[in-house]
Amino acid sequence: MTVETPIRFSPLSEWQDDFAQLPTGLQVRELPYLTQLTLRVAPGSAAAKAVESALDITLPGPLRAELSGDVKVLWMGPDEWLLAAPEGLQDELLAQLRSAIGDEFAAVTDVSAQRTTLALSGHLVREVLAQGCAIDLDPRATPVGSCLTTLLAQAPITLVVRGEGASSVWLLVRSSFASYLATWLVDAGTEYRGSSG
Amino acid sequence: MNTPFRAPGHGHVDRDTTLSFTFDGTAYTGHPGDTLASALLANGVHHVADSIKHGRPRGVLAAGAEEPNALVQIEAPFPEPMLTATTVELYDGLVARGLSGQGRLSSEPDTARYDTMHAHCDLLVVGAGPAGLATTLAAARSGARVILVDELPQPGGSLLGSQELLEGAPAKAWVDEVVAELDGLADVRILQRTTAFGHYDDGLVLALEKRTDHLGAAAPPHVSRQRIWRIRARQVVYATGAYERPVAFDDNDRPGIMLAGSARTYLNRFGVLPGEQAVVFTTNDSAYPAALELADAGVRIAAVIDAREEVPEHWRTACDERGIGIRAGHVVTGTSGIERVTRAHVAPFGHGDLGERQGIDCDLLLVSGGWNPAVALFSQARGTLRYDAGIGAFVPGEALRTVRAAGSADGTFTLSGCLADGVDAAWQALSAISRTGQMIALPTPAPLPEAAPTRVLWRVPSPQEGLDGVLQFVDLQRDATVSDVLRATGAGLRSVEHVKRYTTIGTAHDQGRTSGVMTSGIVAEALGVDVADLGTMRLRPPAVPVAFAALAGRNRGELFDPVRVTALHPWHVEQGALFEDVGQWKRPWYYPRPGETMDESVLRECRAARTGVAMMDGSTLGKINVQGPDAGVLLDRLYTNLMSTLKVGRVRYGVMCGVDGMAIDDGTVIRVAEQEFLLTTTTGNAAKILEWMEEWLQTEWPDLRVHLTSVTEHWVTIPLVGPRSRDVLALVAPDLDVDNDAFPFMSWKDTTVAGVAARVCRISFSGELAYEINVPAWYGITVWKALYTAGSEFGLTTYGTETMHVLRAEKAYPIIGQDTDGTITPQDLGMSWVVSKKKPDFVGKRSFTRAENQRDDRKQLVGLLPVDERVLLPEGAQIIATSDIPAPPVPMLGHVTSSYRSDALQRTFALALVRSGTRRIGETLYVPLDGRTVPVTVTDPVLFDKEGARRDG
Amino acid sequence: MQLIACPWCGEREEIEFHYGGEAHIAYPEDPYALDDEQWAQYVFFRDNPKGPFAERWVHSAGCRRWFNALRDTVTHEFLTVYGIGAERPSHTSTAPAAPRAKGQEASR
Repeated sequence: MTVETPIRFSPLSEWQDDFAQLPTGLQVRELPYLTQLTLRVAPGSAAAKAVESALDITLPGPLRAELSGDVKVLWMGPDEWLLAAPEGLQDELLAQLRSAIGDEFAAVTDVSAQRTTLALSGHLVREVLAQGCAIDLDPRATPVGSCLTTLLAQAPITLVVRGEGASSVWLLVRSSFASYLATWLVDAGTEYRGSSG
Repeated sequence: MNTPFRAPGHGHVDRDTTLSFTFDGTAYTGHPGDTLASALLANGVHHVADSIKHGRPRGVLAAGAEEPNALVQIEAPFPEPMLTATTVELYDGLVARGLSGQGRLSSEPDTARYDTMHAHCDLLVVGAGPAGLATTLAAARSGARVILVDELPQPGGSLLGSQELLEGAPAKAWVDEVVAELDGLADVRILQRTTAFGHYDDGLVLALEKRTDHLGAAAPPHVSRQRIWRIRARQVVYATGAYERPVAFDDNDRPGIMLAGSARTYLNRFGVLPGEQAVVFTTNDSAYPAALELADAGVRIAAVIDAREEVPEHWRTACDERGIGIRAGHVVTGTSGIERVTRAHVAPFGHGDLGERQGIDCDLLLVSGGWNPAVALFSQARGTLRYDAGIGAFVPGEALRTVRAAGSADGTFTLSGCLADGVDAAWQALSAISRTGQMIALPTPAPLPEAAPTRVLWRVPSPQEGLDGVLQFVDLQRDATVSDVLRATGAGLRSVEHVKRYTTIGTAHDQGRTSGVMTSGIVAEALGVDVADLGTMRLRPPAVPVAFAALAGRNRGELFDPVRVTALHPWHVEQGALFEDVGQWKRPWYYPRPGETMDESVLRECRAARTGVAMMDGSTLGKINVQGPDAGVLLDRLYTNLMSTLKVGRVRYGVMCGVDGMAIDDGTVIRVAEQEFLLTTTTGNAAKILEWMEEWLQTEWPDLRVHLTSVTEHWVTIPLVGPRSRDVLALVAPDLDVDNDAFPFMSWKDTTVAGVAARVCRISFSGELAYEINVPAWYGITVWKALYTAGSEFGLTTYGTETMHVLRAEKAYPIIGQDTDGTITPQDLGMSWVVSKKKPDFVGKRSFTRAENQRDDRKQLVGLLPVDERVLLPEGAQIIATSDIPAPPVPMLGHVTSSYRSDALQRTFALALVRSGTRRIGETLYVPLDGRTVPVTVTDPVLFDKEGARRDG
Repeated sequence: MQLIACPWCGEREEIEFHYGGEAHIAYPEDPYALDDEQWAQYVFFRDNPKGPFAERWVHSAGCRRWFNALRDTVTHEFLTVYGIGAERPSHTSTAPAAPRAKGQEASR
């Protein structure tokens, strides 16, 4: 009935100017409004196979993300994945998956606004992350496609390695922690102020 | 400016650059590469400060972290207390003064940045001396990931302070060559000015890097001043070197008394002559190179006093060539001088008896009592130490699986030995992680004659033994003496750990580097036991002083603790809300209008909710989506009441208990679909309850086909409360039939609110007609503003957590964790109605029938009305039965859990947990307050709209 | 900061984990067949051995899975980790555990 498109705000919509001030070696961009669904299903089950076939992907194993398709699949736990897709697809994707799963046992939940996604890139990213993350980001330890749910500074995050040596990563952070994490990242950039970056 | 004590042609300081500094009000100069101590000595300043207890003048004993004496306070550029002059790198504009034991914290905030860095490696090497460099090179060439940390500004360690040759060239050339190669390797990181100070579990070593301290006022403010490295290493090699120890004798603390090896370092690293006429007192060979090098640089060596009867021929020859007399079998028994040593008293000490004393004039008395391997970090790693009677020191025992020592830290004291030991340590470390070390060609040092044994000597007997006022210092910084140690053993103490605490020896900056082993030796002598059996003090982190600011790193100010905010937070800030911290959340506490007190704001907000319409931000409530065929079964087992019978479209309140039957959380459960529920938890328990539910599901009932997903932050939740809430909702949700029959209490509807797909629940935490509007968080502000606008004609008021508390307390809706404390059952809360009688079992049920839970004197939730309706009881206040406070122990009946002023009741009221509370309704009890007692009437806890007519309307 | 080997995520710092008390304490088959004393044993009483102790842990900040661990209460060393349904491994000494290949020193 209402025709006007309601206005929405992502958790870090007010941070663009601050991010723009960061050195070129530490580029930070929010990817707002991504479609995000939590999939809970036993790996290898009929329901899992139905999901894989519906999305034409293989559910990645522990600590890995499947990043090739439009729907990125992030391993969150032994029976849990986060599906990240372009914005606006939650209803469609939810329906598609539930229909594929049918009477089999799996749970799909829309969690699109539960987390926001930060895309970090640049040669400083690995060092900045190392200031607050105890994970070894050496490419031999965390190659491209790694997906780690852990802590960055004091915030719970999911880290997806997209570029070699963490030169490009996604950080998925719960919405309530997003401004804390943004504050932390911008503060981390202080160190490199004035450097060619 | 004239610095009279620089030795031409010596040292690694940059003499082309002059730095100005001020010490105790006098201007001096030094050079880059100096420490404050070396610059002072270069200017002939030996008296740095007076000692803390005895007020005796003190100078510079050592050249590094082992310094116990030369304490300074930095005044500019930034005030910093309690540093040792030997570890402060000189910079232009430094203003310092000597410190008599106690420093002064700056009253100004420290604006410098501090940060933390995680690092990972196969091998961490601590110390860039000959052993550490050899270890690093051998490991690095094999391709291992290596981190080398070293406390000095440049690599080389002891090689910087000696004139030793490698392959016939100054050792520095080899150091430079090795470092150049290491610098070219991607998997090697070298951190200078970085001190490892703590060895923790699983190969975690913390190190402090001083990044810009040495730049003084020129330090760029955006670069962190100090950094804590958290290094996770698969293997650690401690090539930390050794510390020379002094010998105790009478008045062994005067300025000008210095460790022999340190004097050598001042000459060779800094180009500083620490005196003009020296007496050298030694128990071992190591003081001879110091004596010879200083003599060659122009210091007159008045005598070498060697406690040993036999002096190796080659040292005797070398001394003869320079006209240096050696007195074998002699000791220094005492000194003269006030501001500076002027004379050493020496005497024969052939068979443990002092002979006739003789004075030798000097302005420098060099002492060497032998060398203690720097084992602090190895020991922290739980490495055991072994006493080596030959050198009178504790050395590392067996290497650990992941930690080993190398070089002089491992008790190897020759240069060739240290190099070989370094390579060996690398191989062992690599082998332990299934890698193979590389063969490396080691440089050959100049040949050294066979070392003669050390005479282990802890103290020289005082010629005045038995007289008062004899001062033989053990721990110079603590002003603790041999007499103090003997007083401790005299008092019956038998352990060095106890002696340490009795005397405070080893607790200052230097952590017993110069005093620890000496203390063991003196205690062992006094008790007549073997030092090996007595052992030495346990060494604990931090090995060097570390500022709290460094440990805090960037976790200060707004980053001290994560601040969690809801999507509506910017609106609350804009409206001037005051915030309450609830866990890590910032929640609006109340929204004051100009000139209002908090009480006035809260009463106004309460009035709006009870008489008009009000709304709040309830987004912080935990929300868990429960899906699967067995969702109802799981909820039936975890809630005290029946959830599986809930119809789709309906809402039920529920309580969860622990297995002990005590309430742990409460909230609402809505049935979304046949196989899907959504439940809420209290704000503070959201994570805990999800973990609790998962624990049962994963460990006890893995067969249940149900999954839990947290959706807390997906939703913005807005309780819209008050008699006019229906009118407001109708305006913003045109598709929704808000009629009481169509949308009754405890039901929910999916609809559109302000153009946004929303789920509206008709539930109430206030006792009023109320709705809870849930929308995806992105649209929270839009919907909130639409409600605010639509509500304006009804006087819609926003309210915070304080008003929420008052409203719910008037209705006796408990807050788990405030009105309960983990010992309260649902029955104690007067909520037997929420406990199912039908279900055969649920978590907590069996405990309800325990005798303890059947007692009729359990604490129960009641209302309290102060007889004086203006009196606001403090939460936590105790409750007693009598108007007079009886003599202790006072029988306590319970305590106040919640207490507020009520607009609806036009008076104060409280909730309380009171023994047999339900039976006491109507009684008068007393609350001791400010020396008197306040009479209160016990009432039913529900004080407002007991019938619930308002919320159902 | 100890490392704990999550069976799914590998070694992580202990701050990512929560402790769940003694492992292998099963919910009684029929709580109502137990007298108060027997029930109290289940609810309140736990072992407190010196040496290897089977415990429940959850990787809270990671995959949120509960698992069991055998930990030496003298040295704090994790001897092994194993699945919730698995039997307690028969470690009797503080010998190093199989899955812990790195980053640990021998206890003494």
